Amino acid sequence: MTARSVRSLSGALKPLFSNRCPGITSCFLQVYGAASCNQRQKSTYTPPPARYGGRHTVTLIPGDGIGPELGNHVRELFRFCCVPVDFEVVNVDSSVASEDDINNAIMAIRRNGVALKGNIETNHNLPPSYKSRNNLLRTTLDLYANVMHCQSLPGVRTRHRNIDIMIIRENTEGEYSSLEHENVPGVVECLKIITKTKSLRIADYAFRTARAKGRRRVTAVHKANIMKLGDGLFLECCKEVASGYPEITFDSMIVDNTTMQLVSRPQQFDLMVMPNLYGNVVSNVCAGLVGGPGLVPGANYGEDYAVFETGTRNTGKSIANRNTANPTAMLLASCLLLDHLKLHAYASMIRRAILSTVSETRLHTADLGGQGSTSEVVQSIMNAVQSTGPQTLSI
Amino acid sequence: CHAVESAAAPCINGWEEFPRMQTVTLIPGDGIGPEISSAVMKIFETAKAPIRWEERNVTAIKGPGGRWMIPPDAKESMDKSKIGLKGPLKTPIAAGHPSMNLLLRKTFDLYANVRPCISIEGYKTPYTDVNLVTIRENTEGEYSGIEHVIVDGVVQSIKLITEDASRRIAEYAFEYARNNQRNSVTAVHKANIMRMSDGLFLRKCREVAENYKDIKFTEMYLDTVCLNMVQDPTQFDVLVMPNLYGDILSDLCAGLIGGLGVTPSGNIGANGVAIFESVHGTAPDIAGLDLANPTALLLSAVMMLRHMGLHDYGNKIQTACFDTIRDKKVLTKDLGGNSKCSEFTADICRRIQDLD
Repeated sequence: MTARSVRSLSGALKPLFSNRCPGITSCFLQVYGAASCNQRQKSTYTPPPARYGGRHTVTLIPGDGIGPELGNHVRELFRFCCVPVDFEVVNVDSSVASEDDINNAIMAIRRNGVALKGNIETNHNLPPSYKSRNNLLRTTLDLYANVMHCQSLPGVRTRHRNIDIMIIRENTEGEYSSLEHENVPGVVECLKIITKTKSLRIADYAFRTARAKGRRRVTAVHKANIMKLGDGLFLECCKEVASGYPEITFDSMIVDNTTMQLVSRPQQFDLMVMPNLYGNVVSNVCAGLVGGPGLVPGANYGEDYAVFETGTRNTGKSIANRNTANPTAMLLASCLLLDHLKLHAYASMIRRAILSTVSETRLHTADLGGQGSTSEVVQSIMNAVQSTGPQTLSI
Repeated sequence: CHAVESAAAPCINGWEEFPRMQTVTLIPGDGIGPEISSAVMKIFETAKAPIRWEERNVTAIKGPGGRWMIPPDAKESMDKSKIGLKGPLKTPIAAGHPSMNLLLRKTFDLYANVRPCISIEGYKTPYTDVNLVTIRENTEGEYSGIEHVIVDGVVQSIKLITEDASRRIAEYAFEYARNNQRNSVTAVHKANIMRMSDGLFLRKCREVAENYKDIKFTEMYLDTVCLNMVQDPTQFDVLVMPNLYGDILSDLCAGLIGGLGVTPSGNIGANGVAIFESVHGTAPDIAGLDLANPTALLLSAVMMLRHMGLHDYGNKIQTACFDTIRDKKVLTKDLGGNSKCSEFTADICRRIQDLD
């Protein structure tokens, strides 16, 4: 019995029993509740548990650089649009060695199920005992799929047009396993781990997403001619999963050829799935092709949790607190968050407003070649939302 | 004996008037290799470049002890001449021996792969004004080939970074920058995630940078480089990086200027050995049909001339080649025209004669 069918069964039975024997109802539900927890077969998604009185609670991790100011803009916009989301802010101080802050953040995300985060800086000159906080978060919560949708936006001038690529990147293993050692002084070994379970999982996620979004073609990116065992295993897993989706074309491409093709003819790609490091490279290349880091949102999905952030995960230290950062990526990420919470009406409303603002060249921020400020962009978005009619706070 | 001393050369107008003939080992390769090699030889002859070609073939043979190696005459020729020019080599599938490129790399310890990516005027791509060089460590890193199956379904690949190799590639990068009037060297890394390995690479680069105060040294994350490269490649100059990042980035940059058909490449080894090559495939479908584009091999040969100090000849040949492409009258099919390889070559030769 799947969790969903149990819930609907108990829901149907509730009115029958509730007025007669409330005690029995609760026992009945408890027994079945326990059974369904053991099953853990979530065939369909149900919203996270942190929803009381119709309002969701979402963890917000401001991060460093432009993160805090963008987080504030998200809150400002949500408050203006009367979105039923409350943010629980958890600050993570990247300058301290203790991992308490990030552990608190992780616990908050476990509690709320969903988070919006800015990038937390990693000082790469510190010794290896200081791990990347972002990576720690992703691996602890097992957010195995990083999804980035790169689309050419109207009003943003780029060298290539009509790009629509979805990138699904394995987010927890591969080169980011952080397993390094120095057996002999001067010789460092870094382990790249590829497992069958995780490769099958990400391939499955990719094909399910392709089917759900009506994508025709899935391309696996790899370097199996050199890393025969590691990437070879990844490729095999993709092929295995592909056989279960006959309506979707599956092909593979070596990563260096992929980058070459991306800069000459990016329109040929549809959905791409790949291990961690190649995902890093390809997603940054695609983000650059559609207009830069300020435009593309990213999402990290796990079995139980989802964390939303900007697609290219930049801290933006050099432009912090100058009111010049492009808020589009973070605001689009917040729309993805609203979709995840099944608040689709709010998500579409805000997304429409954002896209209409992006198409106005005079409001473009510095990264798009303009001179607009962050607050001007956010203000314009709020105006666009107000003009579409639904109830908002007065400006 | 390989050096033919030019007779009666009291240097009247400078020693380049009667330059010493230098020997270069030529490996034509497979597929279109022989025809593009002969195109290059013809162009060099027209330009009167002081190069004596020694043609050798490389096929994997099993030496004593069962180890695969290149033919001894090829090795001997390279050891004497120190400079090689190579066409594309076939990659055998299930032939039982490693790829020829790998064998050459191991035999001559070709530790640096250098790819200058300069926009070709006349061959339009969405990116103009690209002028950068990628220098990639070619012996270790992620391509160490060390992989194990830990348990069924779990594979580990080992990425090896050593102090010596990192120092060597960093030193080469700064030397190259100095010798080619380049202003800055950027180390590309991912030390935020791979703290020890890329951290070691970065430390060595910083140490070497201390000895080259005239050249600006910066560090940048791999993802930031990728992001910025496709938006504004003009901000980059010389990039130095470990093996995998170098593989990806050098192909990315080749894509910016038009692909592997027009990109030169050089491999620098220990003991002064250098092999310059075209990095495209053997194109078996057009082999022998006089349709191939010799630009990549020609530009690699120009790189070779510069490496040997014969800048004048190098510049002359490069100018002729770029002029031909810019003119667009005799382009091969991959460049957008429908001329033959021989016509393209002849046009370049004509321009060289006109330049003299």
